[in-house]
Amino acid sequence: MEKILPFDIVPRIVPADEWTRIERRLKQRIQALNLFIDDIYHDQKILKDGVIPREIIYSAKSYRPQCAGWNPPRGIWCHITGTDLVRHSDGRIYVLEDNLRCPSGVAYVLENRRLMKGLFPKILSQSHVRPVSNYPNHLRNMLEFLAGDEIAAPRVVLLTPGLHNSAYFEHSFLAQQMGIELVEGRDLIVENSVVLMRTTEGFERVDVIYRRIDDDFPDPKCFRKDSLLGVPGLMEACRSGNVALANAPGNGVADDKVVYAYVPRMIQYYLGEEILLPNVPTRICAEKADLLYVLEHLDELVVKAANESGGYGMLVGPHSTREQCAAFGEKIKANPRNYIAQPTLALSRVPTIVGDHFEGRHVDLRPYILYGKEIFVLPGGLTRVALKKGSLVVNSSQGGGSKDTWVLADSPVAKQDEPGPRVARTVTGEKEVIC
Amino acid sequence: MLSRVAESIYWMSRYVERAENIARFIDVHLQLVLDAPEGQEHQWQPLVNATGDQDEFSERYGPATQDKVLEFITFDPQNPNSILSCLQAARENARGVREVISSAMWLQLNKFYLMVNSAGSAPIDLDVAAEFFHEVKLSSHLFTGITDATMTHGAAWHFSQIGRMLERADKTSRIVDMKYYMLLRSPEEVGTPIDHIQWAAVLRSASAFEMYCKRPDRISPAGVVEFLMLDPEFPRSVRFCLQSARDSLQLITGTPLDTFRDAPEQVLGQICADLAFVTVDEMFRYGLHEYIDQFQVNLNRTGQAIFDRFFAFKLHPTLITDLKTKIISNL
Repeated sequence: MEKILPFDIVPRIVPADEWTRIERRLKQRIQALNLFIDDIYHDQKILKDGVIPREIIYSAKSYRPQCAGWNPPRGIWCHITGTDLVRHSDGRIYVLEDNLRCPSGVAYVLENRRLMKGLFPKILSQSHVRPVSNYPNHLRNMLEFLAGDEIAAPRVVLLTPGLHNSAYFEHSFLAQQMGIELVEGRDLIVENSVVLMRTTEGFERVDVIYRRIDDDFPDPKCFRKDSLLGVPGLMEACRSGNVALANAPGNGVADDKVVYAYVPRMIQYYLGEEILLPNVPTRICAEKADLLYVLEHLDELVVKAANESGGYGMLVGPHSTREQCAAFGEKIKANPRNYIAQPTLALSRVPTIVGDHFEGRHVDLRPYILYGKEIFVLPGGLTRVALKKGSLVVNSSQGGGSKDTWVLADSPVAKQDEPGPRVARTVTGEKEVIC
Repeated sequence: MLSRVAESIYWMSRYVERAENIARFIDVHLQLVLDAPEGQEHQWQPLVNATGDQDEFSERYGPATQDKVLEFITFDPQNPNSILSCLQAARENARGVREVISSAMWLQLNKFYLMVNSAGSAPIDLDVAAEFFHEVKLSSHLFTGITDATMTHGAAWHFSQIGRMLERADKTSRIVDMKYYMLLRSPEEVGTPIDHIQWAAVLRSASAFEMYCKRPDRISPAGVVEFLMLDPEFPRSVRFCLQSARDSLQLITGTPLDTFRDAPEQVLGQICADLAFVTVDEMFRYGLHEYIDQFQVNLNRTGQAIFDRFFAFKLHPTLITDLKTKIISNL
């Protein structure tokens, strides 16, 4: 189903030095997450060393035992990530979710910028905003990198669940921008562990698949038996090294909201570094002390189920009645493993057009990170804005809109795609209003 | 290119062309009705027959009246060949291949669909009907023009061309057949001024009147049939359309002209050869209706052959062995 995502024309501005920090911190995080996923499907050292309890991993819905022992091409599991960031009332930026599986929304980043170029060419040309339009190029390079050096011109395709998926526009847009085929499960077959696509000239070999279908669906032989979206035998083809899948199946284990709570310990464990981009302080209901705390403080906390997204399956304590809190408390007691709790975040606000004037509205930020030859962070990202006054829910399914995100260049850069004379950076609208 | 994509593009163009031709059918009929002698102005059945959906119509609507027929073939969402349904289908097909077609094409197809869809909220008024059907034709022309001007003339464009040309050939032959059907009902009118008016209307419905007038001879049944069925240069004549479809087909496959390597090339080649060498006298001797009937059977065989060859690819055992060696040699 197609729905309109409202667009607010006031850009969200991120100064150069702040972006440099965000970029460095995101790279640290992705690197550690990738090491973690690889470890989980191989030696499980982190479990053996007792850093993360075994049962947390084994009970994660997104853990795929079928992936054990598998070596994805170039050792990369999380090729495309869309980390959700928020700024809290202390002014610091926190990671809300990692979104390693099938992050969507980057098409809006590109389309929003295109809109802004049409609407405000002068302002853009004078503001030294870093370009985002080369994202499809970076994405394609990363995907081709996965095919291995021996294939000169690898065939890359984008696998979509089809027309009726809510992100179909993005699938079609990215395929077109990258100049690759947009395929559905029915376009592909696996023969002798090689993936082939049906063309008018017969079957042609596919080397890399950017899959935009859920972890559950890519191969009915291996995962969900009732999947009509996937391609039977696809996992076998992956294992044989005949095709690369991005993102790698099984990487969702790090998306589990309980596993997320352990990311600071992962970074310490794998990199021997302190976490640079902090998690939102998270209580793990599976741990006894935390559980007791959560049950006593339900009215101040946000409680989330481990495997829900889009703002569903959660309790926002301060906005709930005593009965709702009590009912949710019972659910937590019945299955503590499935829940985490976080303090209610203030979420920073930025100026947004409301009728004929500006008002502050709460926002988050989703930068996009590509992991190929190196880790690339797109200078920009999707700023989602809760258009309802006071609302903290930015999801498009619940009244959210989007904004263009302007990451400013440090100094005039030659390869800017909006050249223009440099002027003193304007101050208005740049500072975020912290509530 | 992907089989699914080729099929969607083929049907996208085919449905747009179908919508245009239905508008042409109605247009010519509205003209005929206005010129019809007393007592014959209420003949709406031939119009339904021309679309080939007469059984479905009589089942759901009963006797043919102007309002019922116009509703059925213009806006009825349950009739898969109504103008509205055709555009809906064209749009759905286009939506699935947006990354292959140009955005200008997608935009025009959307505008076209929305124009017809919004017109469908009110019953058709005879005073504005001609204007509306004219608008449908123009929108289709615009779509075709944008397709030609903004899309690379590669395999995808050729599949679009094949879909459009097969559809156009089918509908032009039906327009000729429709006149024939009316002729059967009133043999005493042959050669009268009414007959002349009707043949002129048939030409107009295929935008062929002006081009026909450039021929040395005056309007005659044999002349019109020859022009619409066999003219090698007029872009809506059956022969022209099929030759053009054949050109596209052979550009896709790379098969040399006047040879064939697979079923669609063979069937289409045979039809083209027949249209190139038959005379209009022979067609009349065989029976025009019978000739067109047979022609349409062959046209359907072409459509089926194209489907089997390009769209419904099955994994054939011999192909698998070929493939294995190919893959191994690639490695």
